[in-house]
Amino acid sequence: MGKLRPLAPMLAAIALTVSAAACGSGGTDAGTTSAGGSGAPAEKIKLTVALFSDFHYAPLYEEFKKTHPNVEIVERRAQFNDHHTNLITQLATGAGAADVVAVEGGYIGAFTPNPGKFHDLKQFGLDKRQGEYLDWKWQQGVSNDGSALMGLGTDVGGLAMCYRPDLFKKAGLPTEREEVSALWPTWEQYIEAGKKFAAANVPGAKFTDGPGEHFRAIVDQAPTGYYDEQYNVIAGTNPEVKKAFDLSVKMIDAGLSAKLAAFTPPWNTGIVKGSFATMVCPAWKTGTIKDQKPGEGAWDIAAVPGGGGNQGGTHLMLPKQGKHPKEAAELIDLLTNKESQITLFKEASALPSLPELYDDPAVAEFVNPYFGNAPIGKIFTDAAKALKPQKVGPKAGDILKAFGDGLQRVEQGKQKPDEAWAQALKDVEKIK
Amino acid sequence: MATRAPDRPAAAPPGRPVRARRGVRRHLVHQLDTKASPYAYVAPFFLLFSAFGLFPLAYTAWVSLHEWTLLEDEHAFIGLENFRTLLADDYFWNAAFNTLSIGVLSTVPQLLLAIWLAHLLNRPLRAQTFLRVTLLLPNVTSVVAVVVIFSQLFGRDFGMINWMLSWFGVGGVAWNEGVASSHAAISIMIMWRWTGYNALIFLAAMQAVPRELYEAATLDGASGLTQLRKITIPMIRPTIVFVVITSTIGAMQVMAEPLLFGSYMVTGGVDRQYQTLALFIYENFTRLDFGYASAISWMMFLFIIVIAGVNYLLTRRAKGSLT
Repeated sequence: MGKLRPLAPMLAAIALTVSAAACGSGGTDAGTTSAGGSGAPAEKIKLTVALFSDFHYAPLYEEFKKTHPNVEIVERRAQFNDHHTNLITQLATGAGAADVVAVEGGYIGAFTPNPGKFHDLKQFGLDKRQGEYLDWKWQQGVSNDGSALMGLGTDVGGLAMCYRPDLFKKAGLPTEREEVSALWPTWEQYIEAGKKFAAANVPGAKFTDGPGEHFRAIVDQAPTGYYDEQYNVIAGTNPEVKKAFDLSVKMIDAGLSAKLAAFTPPWNTGIVKGSFATMVCPAWKTGTIKDQKPGEGAWDIAAVPGGGGNQGGTHLMLPKQGKHPKEAAELIDLLTNKESQITLFKEASALPSLPELYDDPAVAEFVNPYFGNAPIGKIFTDAAKALKPQKVGPKAGDILKAFGDGLQRVEQGKQKPDEAWAQALKDVEKIK
Repeated sequence: MATRAPDRPAAAPPGRPVRARRGVRRHLVHQLDTKASPYAYVAPFFLLFSAFGLFPLAYTAWVSLHEWTLLEDEHAFIGLENFRTLLADDYFWNAAFNTLSIGVLSTVPQLLLAIWLAHLLNRPLRAQTFLRVTLLLPNVTSVVAVVVIFSQLFGRDFGMINWMLSWFGVGGVAWNEGVASSHAAISIMIMWRWTGYNALIFLAAMQAVPRELYEAATLDGASGLTQLRKITIPMIRPTIVFVVITSTIGAMQVMAEPLLFGSYMVTGGVDRQYQTLALFIYENFTRLDFGYASAISWMMFLFIIVIAGVNYLLTRRAKGSLT
């Protein structure tokens, strides 16, 4: 190490920023459109839309321009975590936020306690849309005190269980979607199926990736999670959380886990190489799997144990800093209407949040050839309909991580389950 | 020098006050020039240093005395409370231990290896320049690229290192799970990047050592190793001390390697088994808990001062032993 050494972290930070920017720049201009209507009397307006990936909105912007020729739309994209922390900073410092911002389900609880920082969409008559929405999705966009409508939902992340038919076959388990779903109506039965898989000793393969995502799904299926109705943290006393933790420990004890944390590079490799036979699968994860190129038909999709559930999904919100809330509100009205949601389902596998569409042939009869022609429209919409809504508090993401780390400590043999549970609770207490 | 002439205005003839006055002014301008302009020349550095070095340092100290999170408008003054919490925080001492452990594991073998490499290159060789440039190549590689690739090499299931270990019957080591194994993996990444750089600094110092000493030693029948121990190392001791100090400071600030090794996990492993001090600061920073993060930064600053002090004492002793 030399005298340039102190620069190393800084350089790394720059490199990270650059690579993050590179991820997001893949078509930043794609959504940029210029106002064409010269005859319009209204003044020219520029709306910025901040997203965390390509939402495939470009054609919808064109649609919007037909009725709003004076509006120019500029899209900004950033990496997922950066996008949300940037938004927090922009709101705190009072400058720099876009006119329309996307907020993902894991982060929305951080914003709903502060309705003062956003325009109330009721002012623009958007509360008329309530009847169209899945009720829980609508409620996520309402401020914690119930006074303001802060965001309109785009997609939801209905839950399923992805599995590998080839590994199931080797282990002597059924491979057909319906039979696989019938194996595990409950999480206990899922573990039993896992034990059969483990007993077959399929070389190089475990039953599942790791218990973290299962823990998350089980907690999300319960009527209450980490927060109570008044947004107090009850993670330590809620029996549902403890139940999810104990079930996850059972999976570890039964030797079902490949000890691979989701979204890490070794996990990505495991998807391709078949290091594990099942994983918890929200609708959008089908995209993650496809990106790793495991091959057509390598993964298939069955129902999730415990009956339905949701992970992720996005809302569009209008920060108060925006100067043209009326036009911005009209834009998100268009981006979330029925026609747009069908388009986005076909283009981007974004599962609609309007239940009426679940019976629409375009959604209900949609099959995905990459997943053995799985009827993803049906599987995921069943899950989304079956969800019992839950209060999502401001630090739900950090709390989840504390428990997830605890489970991995058990899995790696560093701690006994009760030690890991105690430390996770201590970590949760520290979260401000 | 001619320009020195106006320095003596007293010598001007008494009957010519105008010229004397002009002389005084010229004298003042000149005085200003000689006394002030050097400061003007170095000012850009000091202005930048105050803006980006001193001010943040002072402001961090101020923030560390408050309950300060980004989202709250009120920042309550709480005195040394953050520091009290910090000293009782197991995670802080864990991070301090990890920093020390990774620091020692990476620095000591690295410097020994660097001296040995420099010694090998400090003799007539074919393609000398090529070899010396090669040494610097790892250093110009982006740290992100280095860590991403090394993380794959250290992979549990499909990593090359475990594959090679399997030839000797060693089963799949989960490098990022254990304390020792993760520290070793991170230290190897650091060594890979910095050994060549330090070797070049040692090489430069070695080239200043008089050739006659080696010739005489060779005549006396001293082996290469003896020459390294008895001539080279004593002669380049000031350089060694310099490299030790800069490496130590660098080791205190290791952050990118553990962060990326853990796939962007700010806790440095699920059991914080490789979370360094810099990463611990970053963890609290990402939680927007600026008060606590600032307190950790200041503790780290104090650690560096202590270590720099120890190094200063070493330097003095090293100088003494050379004369």
